[in-house]
Amino acid sequence: MIRLISLIAALIWSAAAHADQMRLAVTTSFHNSGLADILLPEIQADLGLQVQLLVVGTGQALRLGRAGDVDAILVHSRAAEEAFVAEGYGTHRREIMYNDFVLVGPAGDPAAVGPQSAIGNALRRIAETQAIFVSRGDDSGTHRRELSLWASAGIGIDTADPAWYRAAGAGMGATLNVASGMGGYVLTDRASWLNFANKDGLTILFQGDPALFNQYAYLPVDPAQHAHVKHRLAQKLEGWLVSPKAQAMIGAYEIGGQRLFTPNATDADAPAEG
Amino acid sequence: MGEIWQGLTAAFRLIVTFDADLVEITLRSLQVTLTAVAIACAIALPLGAWLAIQRFRYRRTVIALLNALMGLPPVVVGLIVYLFLSRQGPFGALNLIFTPTAMIIAQVIIVTPLIASIAHQAIRELWADYHDLLISLNATKRQRMATLIWDARRALMTAALAGFGRAIGEVGAVMIVGGNIDHVSRILTTAIALETSKGNFALALGLGFVLIGLAIAVNLMIHGLGRTEREGTW
Amino acid sequence: MTAILPLQVRAAKVRRRGKTIVGPVDLDLTDVGTTIVMGPNGAGKTTLLHMLHGLARLSGGAIAWNMPTPEAQTRQAFVFQAPVVLRRSVRDNIAYPLILHGTLKSEARQRATDWAERVGLAEALKRPATVLSGGEKQKLALARALIREPQVLFLDEPTANLDGRSTREIETILKRTAAEGTRIVMTTHNIGQARRLASEVIFLYRGRVHEATRADAFFAGPKTPEAAAFIKGDIVE
Repeated sequence: MIRLISLIAALIWSAAAHADQMRLAVTTSFHNSGLADILLPEIQADLGLQVQLLVVGTGQALRLGRAGDVDAILVHSRAAEEAFVAEGYGTHRREIMYNDFVLVGPAGDPAAVGPQSAIGNALRRIAETQAIFVSRGDDSGTHRRELSLWASAGIGIDTADPAWYRAAGAGMGATLNVASGMGGYVLTDRASWLNFANKDGLTILFQGDPALFNQYAYLPVDPAQHAHVKHRLAQKLEGWLVSPKAQAMIGAYEIGGQRLFTPNATDADAPAEG
Repeated sequence: MGEIWQGLTAAFRLIVTFDADLVEITLRSLQVTLTAVAIACAIALPLGAWLAIQRFRYRRTVIALLNALMGLPPVVVGLIVYLFLSRQGPFGALNLIFTPTAMIIAQVIIVTPLIASIAHQAIRELWADYHDLLISLNATKRQRMATLIWDARRALMTAALAGFGRAIGEVGAVMIVGGNIDHVSRILTTAIALETSKGNFALALGLGFVLIGLAIAVNLMIHGLGRTEREGTW
Repeated sequence: MTAILPLQVRAAKVRRRGKTIVGPVDLDLTDVGTTIVMGPNGAGKTTLLHMLHGLARLSGGAIAWNMPTPEAQTRQAFVFQAPVVLRRSVRDNIAYPLILHGTLKSEARQRATDWAERVGLAEALKRPATVLSGGEKQKLALARALIREPQVLFLDEPTANLDGRSTREIETILKRTAAEGTRIVMTTHNIGQARRLASEVIFLYRGRVHEATRADAFFAGPKTPEAAAFIKGDIVE
């Protein structure tokens, strides 16, 4: 009997003491998709790993990784990610999946972006009609993507009149709230949009242009920079995310019958052994 | 209007179903804020008393500074605490970032000036009454402070409650230093911010009503405790 | 117990904002009796008491007790004109000086209870002191002053705002205290009270001691015209 109790105690103790924990900074757009709520329990079950999510913008996620306050980051801003690795803060960059951005606006579509053939044309229509456009304005991955789309469309957004170009300086949800309050256009990732509850007169007006694809990548923080980071756990999580099981789960995730993410992890950009 | 009604029903539903997540974040809110207020009182009350009885050269400057610090934006406090506790910061090795302890530290910094300032005000008035008697009785500095703190206890309780009110409803600092991690550092205010960002206004509002109810309950409880002390007049 | 008296005061002065409030004062206080300090308003009576007790800083001169001043201060007590009551029960108010001294709480409370009985506050023991009447507050202040059994007791107008009955009760306590050997130094405006209690009188006028003499001699034949006028009840400025 005593042996049984001590065995149980040892099991509980070891479970408590050895429950691996790691911190992962993710973008608001990923978290708002709700996919994390599906994946985290599976990770816990398969790896015995408790992943603590810090939900922040891409800019802040990269900062947290640079400071060594998280063990890995999952973000979507390719140029910034490559810089992160090049500066030695991340060991490597591993593509996991992509979703896409959509252009949302008032159902009446005053700038007539719906019939446009490409996102560049749609944005030019907004600029020409000076219809209200709400930008994240928070240096997030979505914000960076929006800026590069304006640039490709040949519009100098830096000098745009704030009367129609409004920088909210806020997360995706808050920005959507602002857009719905003002009846403005807004660029959002599809996941955040589908999960957003306060749509209130807004609807998807433009989508499908390959320029709107949004690649998510996983970057473990380099233990050479920060000896304390849990690199082994970060590698374990990466292995799980690119596993056939996880990739299938990502591909099967739907909201309201709509598929959100397309898994595209390949062994091609797996880190070299050693 | 409909949203507010939905918020009320959401709050009601969360409470009557004893929602496990709600209980968890509510308890964590209480744990963080009560600990922070207790620590802040342990610093602020003696500080307020000391400032009332001690004459020194920069006393007015210190008091002015304290009053100015009352208006410190919590976000700034959060950022500074983050920079200190971040793994790159001077106290990074303590591994406190994104823990409830970090949130307590930030809240202590936010509410200590508030409590100290109100305490100083109340104790200064009492000291004017007690000055001659305590000097005549040869009370030591420590004894004077203890007497003043004990005899001003009602006003000081109000100071502590003001601190509690500021801390329990604070979101900017705890969001930065706590990280709003589910099951680790999520509290009522950060959960409200999260739900608002998701556009779940009803749930956010429901949590808000829970927060208000919690603040009222704590206030009533403290006042109830005060009243059982039989004397009603001071 | 070492005696705190005699007290020698030599050329003692208190100045505030460049103005001399009291002094220079020369005074000797010996070990028995009740000294009443009299004089018109603004003569400096309260300041004189504060000076002797060490509450007002000397601007000149010296005050010498029969022992080092810090030690002497612990054997004095002071009752202020407006009684200071702590926001505590009557019993805890009276026990307070003992608690400061490190007496055990239970013993301090026991002795406070005894003293409350002696000054007629036995009924009020557990009531908050702030709700007492003026007379009761002054009796509480008296008990709190006496609980350390001081050798010298200073009182500043202890009955100034009290009714006849309270005044009589306080005078009775003071007479008993003096009889038990405590040296009393008090100010009063009430000449009748001075006659009833004084064994010595100090007549203070414009900050200076005009007369310091035995009470019977003072009332029988004041040596200065100001004192004579004061006793007669004339207005003295």
